[in-house]
Amino acid sequence: MHTFIGIDLGSTTTKAVLMDENMEVLGRGITNSRSNYDTASRVAKHEALINARFTLFRRAFAELPGVADRLDALLADLERSFRLEQFLEELGELERTCIENARGDRFAGKERATREALEAVFATLRQEAPALFAPGAKRKSDFFRDIAGSRFMAVAEPIGKTSGLGYDLLLNVYDKSIIEVENRPPSGDMNGRFLRALRRLLDGGADLGVAQGDVMRTVQGALDVALEETYVVGTGYGRVTLPFSKEHIRSEILCHGLGAHIMYPGTRTVLDIGGQDTKAIQVDPNGIVENFQMNDRCAAGCGRYLGYIADEMNIGLHELGPMAMQATRSVRINSTCTVFAGAELRDRLALGEKREDIMAGLHRAIILRAMSILSRSGGVRDQFTFTGGVAKNEAAVRELAKLVKENYGDRTININPDSIYTGALGAAAFSRRSVENGATGGVS
Amino acid sequence: MTATATAAARPAPKTAAPREAIKEPSMVKQKEMIAGNYEKLATAKAMGRKVASTFVPGNLNELIMCFDLVNNLPEINAIQNGLRKKSGQLIVEAEKRGQSEDVCTYVKSDLGMLAKGNIGPDGRPIPSPDVLLLSYTGCFTFMKWFELLREQYKCETVMLHVPYEGEGKVTENMRAYIVKQLREDVIPTLERVSGVKFDIDRLREYLRESARAEEDLVWTLESAKHKPSPIDAYFGGVYYIGPIFTAFRGTPDATEYYRLLRQEVQQRLDAGQGPVTPEGELSKEKYRLVVEGPPNYTSFRDFWKMFYDEGAVVVASTYTKVGGTYDLGFRHDPDHPLESLAEYCLGCYTNRNLPGRIDMIEKYLNEYEADGLLVNSIKSCNSFSAGQLLMLREIERRTGKPAAFIETDLVDPRYFSPANVKNRLESYFQMVEQKRRGAGVAAAAAVH
Amino acid sequence: MSTSDIVARCTGLFEDLNFVYAREWKAARPGRKVVGYMPFYVPRELIHAAGALPMGVLGGGDQLEVIHGDAYYQSYICRIPRSTVELGVTGRLDFVDGMLFPSICDVIRNLSGMWKIMFPKTMARYVDVPQNFRDDVGGEFYVNELNELRKDLGELCGRPVDDESLRHSIALYNENRRLVREVYAFRAAAPWKAPSSEVYLLMRAGMVLAVEEHSRMLGEYLEAALAENRPRRDNTRIVITGAFCEQPPLSLIKSVELAGCYIVDDDFMLVNRWEKANVPLEGDPIRNLACTYLHGSMSTSAKYEPDLSKKGLYLVDSVRRNRAEGVIFMAPSFCDPALLERPMLQNVLAAHGVPFIAFKYAENSGQMAPIREQAGTFADSIKLWSEA
Repeated sequence: MHTFIGIDLGSTTTKAVLMDENMEVLGRGITNSRSNYDTASRVAKHEALINARFTLFRRAFAELPGVADRLDALLADLERSFRLEQFLEELGELERTCIENARGDRFAGKERATREALEAVFATLRQEAPALFAPGAKRKSDFFRDIAGSRFMAVAEPIGKTSGLGYDLLLNVYDKSIIEVENRPPSGDMNGRFLRALRRLLDGGADLGVAQGDVMRTVQGALDVALEETYVVGTGYGRVTLPFSKEHIRSEILCHGLGAHIMYPGTRTVLDIGGQDTKAIQVDPNGIVENFQMNDRCAAGCGRYLGYIADEMNIGLHELGPMAMQATRSVRINSTCTVFAGAELRDRLALGEKREDIMAGLHRAIILRAMSILSRSGGVRDQFTFTGGVAKNEAAVRELAKLVKENYGDRTININPDSIYTGALGAAAFSRRSVENGATGGVS
Repeated sequence: MTATATAAARPAPKTAAPREAIKEPSMVKQKEMIAGNYEKLATAKAMGRKVASTFVPGNLNELIMCFDLVNNLPEINAIQNGLRKKSGQLIVEAEKRGQSEDVCTYVKSDLGMLAKGNIGPDGRPIPSPDVLLLSYTGCFTFMKWFELLREQYKCETVMLHVPYEGEGKVTENMRAYIVKQLREDVIPTLERVSGVKFDIDRLREYLRESARAEEDLVWTLESAKHKPSPIDAYFGGVYYIGPIFTAFRGTPDATEYYRLLRQEVQQRLDAGQGPVTPEGELSKEKYRLVVEGPPNYTSFRDFWKMFYDEGAVVVASTYTKVGGTYDLGFRHDPDHPLESLAEYCLGCYTNRNLPGRIDMIEKYLNEYEADGLLVNSIKSCNSFSAGQLLMLREIERRTGKPAAFIETDLVDPRYFSPANVKNRLESYFQMVEQKRRGAGVAAAAAVH
Repeated sequence: MSTSDIVARCTGLFEDLNFVYAREWKAARPGRKVVGYMPFYVPRELIHAAGALPMGVLGGGDQLEVIHGDAYYQSYICRIPRSTVELGVTGRLDFVDGMLFPSICDVIRNLSGMWKIMFPKTMARYVDVPQNFRDDVGGEFYVNELNELRKDLGELCGRPVDDESLRHSIALYNENRRLVREVYAFRAAAPWKAPSSEVYLLMRAGMVLAVEEHSRMLGEYLEAALAENRPRRDNTRIVITGAFCEQPPLSLIKSVELAGCYIVDDDFMLVNRWEKANVPLEGDPIRNLACTYLHGSMSTSAKYEPDLSKKGLYLVDSVRRNRAEGVIFMAPSFCDPALLERPMLQNVLAAHGVPFIAFKYAENSGQMAPIREQAGTFADSIKLWSEA
């Protein structure tokens, strides 16, 4: 099967979308951008390929009689099992790397003790891994670095103490190793991993409602479909150092506009508020960009501003919106300057304003800034698609909806739960289009 | 505020393209001229010559020559320091000495240079001026700039107030006001400072010479109407306006420079060649742009490269009109010497009102058959920048052609973010291209 | 009327971003016109003589949410043009028949042309003033410019402006300026009786009220303020400079006072006392306006000082005349005229032994804590220094 890939390298996360010839999305993948865009691209692509397999499984299972009402549960089980399998493999690699790194002057005379301590840590991590991927288990992040890191620290602390090696020493080994592991391109036999995951599931006695042999055959059949990487297009703010040649790069503005159009074909105006910038894009009925504006040199009012506020208040970024929703009134905030965010906040608190009301004011201030950029680009037309991290913030969305109505009247506002993939989706569409226009070959 | 670069600072080609291996005669000529003027400045005191400082817009070079004064243009020094990557530290120096981070960086580069011993871009000291000719044309900051310099040099300062074309036209009152200031204030002051008596026939002679060069300059700029354009009217244009905007207008040297330039451009035109870039000839013209606003000088070469790498050629620019709008028909006129100097000052680009500027850009987009407008908004220069976002909107509305907006500064390296500028430029170029291809291709994307 | 009644009236006018007073004034009689002007000098007498109401448009303050105005300006440009555009785009100035843009800086200058494009039904004019102060040169130029404006305003208002009505207007404005100067002098003499936050609002009222009404109000305020007893504090007497265009938020003026400063002079709204003495009534009124501009008007950053030895002395004079102990440089962010003038003025002050501090604001600044702290420290240090 021909596939077309779009990769969006963001400053914090890298996203990939895999598309088939009919422009159906097969898979999506996301990873943290690291400092290595090359690896980040590979990992995101790898994740998208994994995700694509699940799409193929779904298609194949759908044709299996009697599975329809269990399809979702079955795929969810399979996915958890696969994630566990993947996690354990990565854990194994991290352990090997840690042990290799526990050498040199610092470890003189302690090599063995360190090795044993590390083995003990990883044994515990392996032991508790199935619980992490059990049905209903909540993980704060799906990135290996985050899960492994937080558990490593929790487990290594007592072991470091009792072994007499000290926590710092183990942490030091971990820090060094995780970077190495993260920057290694994804490897291993993916199909084998799927089969092992399935085997684990079946051995666990899961009731699939259909014959095990049918399940195995179906999965094997889906795995046998070759996913040929026909063309890749990259985009994103990191494009200056994108690991692609020029023909394989499209501007993030164009990708965003097209991506929003594919998600909502009625889209005429797109607003994206990301961490580092805010973009307003006007597209024609075919998703072609007609005009765009970005925040100027001053990054006031971008997502990062909320990050500063969250840091200042010592709460999580995702808690800001709900807090603002509790406001009874909105405090007027006139500056969204990130430099002064903390001072502004402290000033307001000192004046006795409620945190919730200040939060409501801050969200309004950010959206006011975005409204100006929209105005600069030509206003808000119907339909209006809102993307980026801030689109997940309900308080921001509420203010935006209010201001759009006040200034432009009734507009359909689209917010897609997968909006983080908008740029990558557009890039994948460009990838498909490039081939249509006669570009050949060209995996980077 | 505004000014021009000069051939002296032209970056050497990275790759030894055959065409660039042989320096074009006009470039050699300009380089000699610039070096000659810095030489005159460096030796002025020793030679007993007096020095006048003045600005590019409203530059009265012919008049200054009538008094045997050497013309020093602080804007050009700031540009030269920018091109040589020296301006950053000069600006910081001026800020350390109390200038606000908010204000014009040309001024701060100049004040910083003064604070550090007034060593010019060529490494030799710039002499203290004997007179500051404050031609107050199209920029409010000019007045503060020379007041600040006067505070340091404590030298004679003469104001030439050029009224703003608020209603988009030159009135008799404006012209008469300038002529009177020239007669009653400027000329007597220059006579007193120089000890040379004013001779109007000498002025007429210089003005006659100016008009000759102006003719060839306009021809050169308008050669960009051809497809492909044999010149880049912004990055290349900055060099082409060098002599006429600075200390050479009215000299036979300038006339000769423009004659050589015209010949060279004619040859390129005949051969169907594109503009010369630092990396050789631009062979495939992909986008034709009109640019509003000055360039960035601290990363001039990198900035230019972002254009020529994409096949983008600037076919007309407003920056090349800051020192005179010759392409709109103005010529210095020996038969009406003072009136013609007044007309000249009044017509400088930033002395025209916003509607007039928009009309000019619209005309350029149509006459030069450009794909769109690009605004390079300069942090330092409110005269240019305030209102550019309206210009953008208005031009899009009138022409239906796409416009884009980038932000940099003239000589403050802190305001040039390459990734940011490149990102926007590429988005813009791709948008132009996508629009050009039309809806047909995108329709495929709509099916999903 | 008590001062608080008057101040309450002024506060209402100050907070009204819909300009109800001017709207009602205009509606009261058919054919009436309103001509707006941005801060700084314009010849208001000409507008008045044409039968129109001159109305100061001094930005949006700290209560206006600016959306569309921001769309027209880069981040490195001051606030006032954005909020002014916002006022226009949101229809708050839809009743204004003409807008005058004073000669103050490149931003406001360019806004005159923007206004022509954005609001083509409104007469928008840039008001150029001479930077040459000779009667036969700059004077002649200005006489002609004023006559040009007189003609345009006459056409706008449907009646030519004759000399007699112009003289009448000049007389009314002479009286208004006399009273403004008197309030300023009263405050300088007894600042505890006329707090600057009140004086400011009183002067702001003069930007929107009919001149006769404002003059009455000034008289009433003087009378009431004189009669009231208010506690006198041991505050430091300071002069504020740099705030001649974009206005500081009222809370900033209050903060400076709360921090222990008596503001004994300032350069807010210079237009209301631009001419330092009465414009003569006899003779050609236009020539009189021009001559007063050349030889009898305030000095400030936007005006050229031909004589180096006099540069900045206007500020030293103000300090001396008002017995001030220090100067606060208070400029809007990105204000080229104020910020480029500042170091020169500071040098002059230093040479005359006048202490100063400097900070920046925007019309919508929200954080007052740092202002209070700086102004308070400045006031205290002057006290300590003078006691030592």
